[in-house]
Amino acid sequence: MRRKFDEQLELLNQELIEMGALCETAIANAAKALINHDNSLAQEVIRVDAEIDQKEKDIESLCFKLLLHQHPVARDLRQISSALKMITDMERIGDQAADISEIILLGNLHSVDNAVHIDEMARATIKMVTDSIDAYVRRDLDLARAVIDYDDVVDDLFNKVKKEIIDIIGKDKQNGEYAVDLLLVAKYFERIGDHATNIAEWVEYSIMGIHKGGERI
Amino acid sequence: MGKITINNLNLYYGDFHALKDINLDIEANKITALIGPSGCGKSTLLKCLNRMNDLVENCKITGKILLDGEDIYNIDVSLLRKRVGMVFQKPNPFPMSVYDNIAFGPRTHGIRSKVKLDDIVEKSLKAAAIWDELKDRLKKSALELSGGQQQRLCIARALAVQPEVLLMDEPTSALDPISTSKIEDLVLELKKNYTIIIVTHNMQQAARISDKTVFMLNGEVIEYNDTEKLFFMPQDKRTEDYITGRFG
Repeated sequence: MRRKFDEQLELLNQELIEMGALCETAIANAAKALINHDNSLAQEVIRVDAEIDQKEKDIESLCFKLLLHQHPVARDLRQISSALKMITDMERIGDQAADISEIILLGNLHSVDNAVHIDEMARATIKMVTDSIDAYVRRDLDLARAVIDYDDVVDDLFNKVKKEIIDIIGKDKQNGEYAVDLLLVAKYFERIGDHATNIAEWVEYSIMGIHKGGERI
Repeated sequence: MGKITINNLNLYYGDFHALKDINLDIEANKITALIGPSGCGKSTLLKCLNRMNDLVENCKITGKILLDGEDIYNIDVSLLRKRVGMVFQKPNPFPMSVYDNIAFGPRTHGIRSKVKLDDIVEKSLKAAAIWDELKDRLKKSALELSGGQQQRLCIARALAVQPEVLLMDEPTSALDPISTSKIEDLVLELKKNYTIIIVTHNMQQAARISDKTVFMLNGEVIEYNDTEKLFFMPQDKRTEDYITGRFG
């Protein structure tokens, strides 16, 4: 029985790694499409989002089966319950990468102002997503906590970008549509950073049994 | 101080060291589950609490077991067993009527009044959640009852002498899921008035109904903690390995 259970947990692990890799690809491509004005890459991100959605359903179903069949306890229970929570955040990352791509396809962002730190913000967010997945794969508590702390960097960048966008509007009101779309993109990156933080918090929970610094059950 | 305090308890069956330096504080009005692999000493420990091991040849016990602070070896054994009742794995009704099964203990303790005995029988069967099923069958043989009913009758019989502590040795292992569920509901209800210690091999049962869990291995207490903590974040790798089925 235990061998079968271990095989299923290993499968769950692999599926999560695959879903995480899809999320990393989606957000990295969304950022690339934004900077390089690459519409076909933006379309690819939207296609990958559907794949991410399917992965979420598959993993959810696997988790429910494991809960039903194995009545997990201790670290098995923490692994499965954190997986169930993490996939929700991963799925939202996929959605938001697709949302960024849809804005790119609207065509208002054909020349992103170099003065805007959106590129840096995208890189910081990608780092958070990659590190949160790595922390899960390696069960690395320090890395998970570093991701949680790094969210402040992304939040600061968002505030910086917001100010830069306000300046753009101030210079020429004709920039309004461009500025609003850029602000939406920045907000999506900021939200993706929050989801990466959530993932890292669930990694911490699966290792330590503590969520968001709260009390252990 | 707990309802039962166990200090440096060691038990030997001849040369075999069956319980090793057990120290536990069993809390009043709580359900404490004893878990561990077969032969780890959990039933032996349970039987120490009402001196059932006294009857075993070559059994030597050292250390102390206190009931409300009083050494159980200073308490008359029949009085101790009145205060610390026991329910066994296999339902063991006496080959007599439902009524006489319940009245047996109180009669042994000198109660003769029919009115009093009627009252005890009704209260005990009600406390064991089986009164409605048996109130019209009090004169029938207890052996005609189903396994689940027999086990609840045995619980009622244990309650009839108004114990303070109830020891249960795998009380549902011979029962179907519906009877098991009834016993579990009953145990949860009973903890309001009794201190309950239950030996179980069923991990889900321990997690479902107990407040505290003791994990034993090779005669030792490895971990004793709140049940939720023990099943969620065990502190000892051996506990983790056992409850997740990775043992051995």
